[in-house]
Amino acid sequence: MEQTTQKKSIMERWEEYKNSPRYRNDKKGFAAGAKRFILSFFRFLIIIGISYVILAPVISIVAHSFFSNTDAYSPMVYLIPQNPTTIRYETVITRLDYFNSCFSTLIYSILLMLVQVVVCSMVGYGFARFDFPLKKVFFACVVVMIVIPTHTIMLPLYMTFKNFDPLKLMTLFAGGPINLMSSTKPMYVMTALGCGLRSGLYIYIFNQFFRGLPKEIEEAAFVDGAGVWYTYFRIMLINAVPAVITVAVFSLVWQYNDTFYSNLFLVPAEQNIGKRISTLAAVIANADKILDPTIQQLYVDAGIVLTMIPVVLIYIFLQRYFIEGVERSGIVG
Amino acid sequence: MDNEKMITETVSEQESAVKTAPQKKEKPKKEKTGSRMSLNQRRMMHGYLFILPWLVGFIWFYLRSILLTLQFSFSKLTVGAVGGYQLENVGLQNYNYAFRVHAQFKQILTTSVGNMLIDVPLIIFFSLFMALLLNKKFPGRTLVRAIFFLPVILNGDAINAAMDLARTMMSGGVSSSSSEIASSISSGVSIDYYIQLLESLALPGVVLEYIVGAVNRISEIITASGVQIIIFIAALQSIPGSMYEVAQIEGATAYETFWKVTFPMVMPHIVTCVVYTVVDSFIDSDVVDLAYATAFEQGNYGLSSAFSLISTVVTCLILVLVVRFIQKRTFYYN
Repeated sequence: MEQTTQKKSIMERWEEYKNSPRYRNDKKGFAAGAKRFILSFFRFLIIIGISYVILAPVISIVAHSFFSNTDAYSPMVYLIPQNPTTIRYETVITRLDYFNSCFSTLIYSILLMLVQVVVCSMVGYGFARFDFPLKKVFFACVVVMIVIPTHTIMLPLYMTFKNFDPLKLMTLFAGGPINLMSSTKPMYVMTALGCGLRSGLYIYIFNQFFRGLPKEIEEAAFVDGAGVWYTYFRIMLINAVPAVITVAVFSLVWQYNDTFYSNLFLVPAEQNIGKRISTLAAVIANADKILDPTIQQLYVDAGIVLTMIPVVLIYIFLQRYFIEGVERSGIVG
Repeated sequence: MDNEKMITETVSEQESAVKTAPQKKEKPKKEKTGSRMSLNQRRMMHGYLFILPWLVGFIWFYLRSILLTLQFSFSKLTVGAVGGYQLENVGLQNYNYAFRVHAQFKQILTTSVGNMLIDVPLIIFFSLFMALLLNKKFPGRTLVRAIFFLPVILNGDAINAAMDLARTMMSGGVSSSSSEIASSISSGVSIDYYIQLLESLALPGVVLEYIVGAVNRISEIITASGVQIIIFIAALQSIPGSMYEVAQIEGATAYETFWKVTFPMVMPHIVTCVVYTVVDSFIDSDVVDLAYATAFEQGNYGLSSAFSLISTVVTCLILVLVVRFIQKRTFYYN
C-alpha cells in the first residue's frame, strides 16, 4: 500500500518536474555539457594523435640509443631494450669529442645570436621609427631578403669570402686578397652586416614589434634629454624583451642546427657539431671497425640524442617566454 | 601612415623645444648658414645610421651577389690557380643545357613545385585547425604547445635524416602510412580497395590523388607547420573579444561565427603563412641540393647559377601569384 502511494507520488513529482521550466533548463544544461565533453574528448584525441606523430621518431631514437647488439636484431624487442647498454654513448662522446665541440658550437651560436639581436633590432628600429627617403624601397629589400632562397647567392658569397678584398683594402694592407674559408669569420662578417642566417626575418619581427610600442615612451625620454642612441639602447631595447627573446631563441637554435652556411664556408668541425654527426657513421666504421649499418645507426642515434640535449634544454628554459614572445612580437605582421 | 608622421613631427617639435629652446627665434639664420642640420634632417641621418650596417651588407652580399649570379649564369666560369676566376660569355648555353640536355633538372624542378603545391594548402589548413584547437584553454596546454613547436627546434640535416629513419623504424601509427600503402596486400588493410571504392563514387582522379598524397605526407606536413601554428595562435589572440560578443548576441552559431568572424580576421595572416611555407619548402627542396652538387662537386658554376636563378624565379612567380590570389579575397580590418 505504502509503496504504491510513494510510486504514485514519484510519478506525480516526475510529471510536475517535466512540466516545470526547471526541466527544460536542466535538459539544455545537460545537452550543453555533453556537447562540451564530446568536443573536448575529440580535441584530446586529435592532440594526442598528432603529438604522437611528432614525438614518435624522438622516442624511437632515444630508445634505440640504449639498444645492445642483440636487441637490435631481436624481433621480441620493441622500444624497451632487454639488455640496455650505455656503450653507444661512451664511444660517441669520445668520437664526437662531445664536450669540446658542443661547447664551442654553443659559444659560436651564442656569439652570433648576440650580434644578430643587436644588429637586427637596430635595423628594425631604424625602419620603425625614422622617416628617410627611399625607406619603402629599402624595406622592400628586407622582404626580398626573406623571400630569396639563400642558395641563389651562394656562389658569389663563396667567391667573396674565398678572395676577401673589400674595396681593395686587403690588397693595400695585407698585400693581396685573403682566404676566409675554413673559418667562422665569414659568418661573423655577414651577421654583423645584417645578412646572417635568416636576418631578414628577424629585422621584420623587430620592425613589427617596435611599431607596436607606444611612442610616449620615446617622447618621455626625448623630453628628458636622452639622445637617440641612449633612447634606443637603454629604453627601447629593454621594452622589446619579448621580441628579443623570440629572435634569440630562433637565432640560437637555427644557428646551432645550420648546415647550409657551415658547408658553404667550410666551417671547421669543432665549431659545428651538426657536421660531426653527419660524418659520425663513417668515423665509427673506420675507428671502431663497426661495419654493420644497423649497429652504426645505433651509434648515430646516441650522437643525435647528445646533440639535441643542449637545444632542448635551452628551449625548455625559454619556452614560456618564447611562445608569449612570438604572440606579442608581431611575427604576425 | 599619416598619423605616424604626425606623431614623429610632434616628437621632433618637442625635441626641438627641449634642445634649442633659447635659439628658436634664430632658426631661419641657421638654415642660411647650413652649419647645423635641421631636426628633420638629423632624424633622417639617424635613421640612415640605424640601418647602415644592414644597407652595406645588403648591397655587398645580396645585390652584388644576385647580379653576379645573373652574370655567371650567362658564362662559363673557370677557377684560376691563385683563386681568381675567368668568365667566358656563352650566352644562353647554360639555360639551354638546363632545359634541353640535363637529365634530371626539369624532373626535379617539377617534382619540387608539385610537392609544394600539395603541401602548402594542407599545411595552412592543418595549422589553422591546430591553432583553433590549441587556442582554447585546457590542462596541459603549455606542454602541448611545446611539443608542437619541437620540429622547429630539431631541424638539423643529420637530425632530419635520422628522424626519417626512426619514423620507418616505428612501423605502426600514422607515420608509416606510406609503407602501408606500399605493402597493402601483406598488412591485410587494402588501401587499393578504398581507392577503388572512392573511384566508383565518381570522385575525380585528381582529388583522389591529392588525398592519397596528403595521407602519405602527413608526418612531413605536421613537422613543417610549427611556425605557422604559432603565427595563427597569435592571430587568433589578436581578434578583439567584442566581435565574438556581438556575434553571440546576434545569435550566430559557432559555425557562422567561425566563417564570419574568425576566418576573415585571420585572412591577412594566411598570406604571411603562405610566404613562409613556400620559402621554407624551397629552401629544403632537391633543387637546392642539385645546384649545390653541380657547383661544388662537379665544378660547373655557370650551370649551377642557372639552376639557382630558374628555381628562384619560379618560387617568386608562385609567391606573387598566390599572394595576389589571396589578397584579392582578403578582408583587412584596419
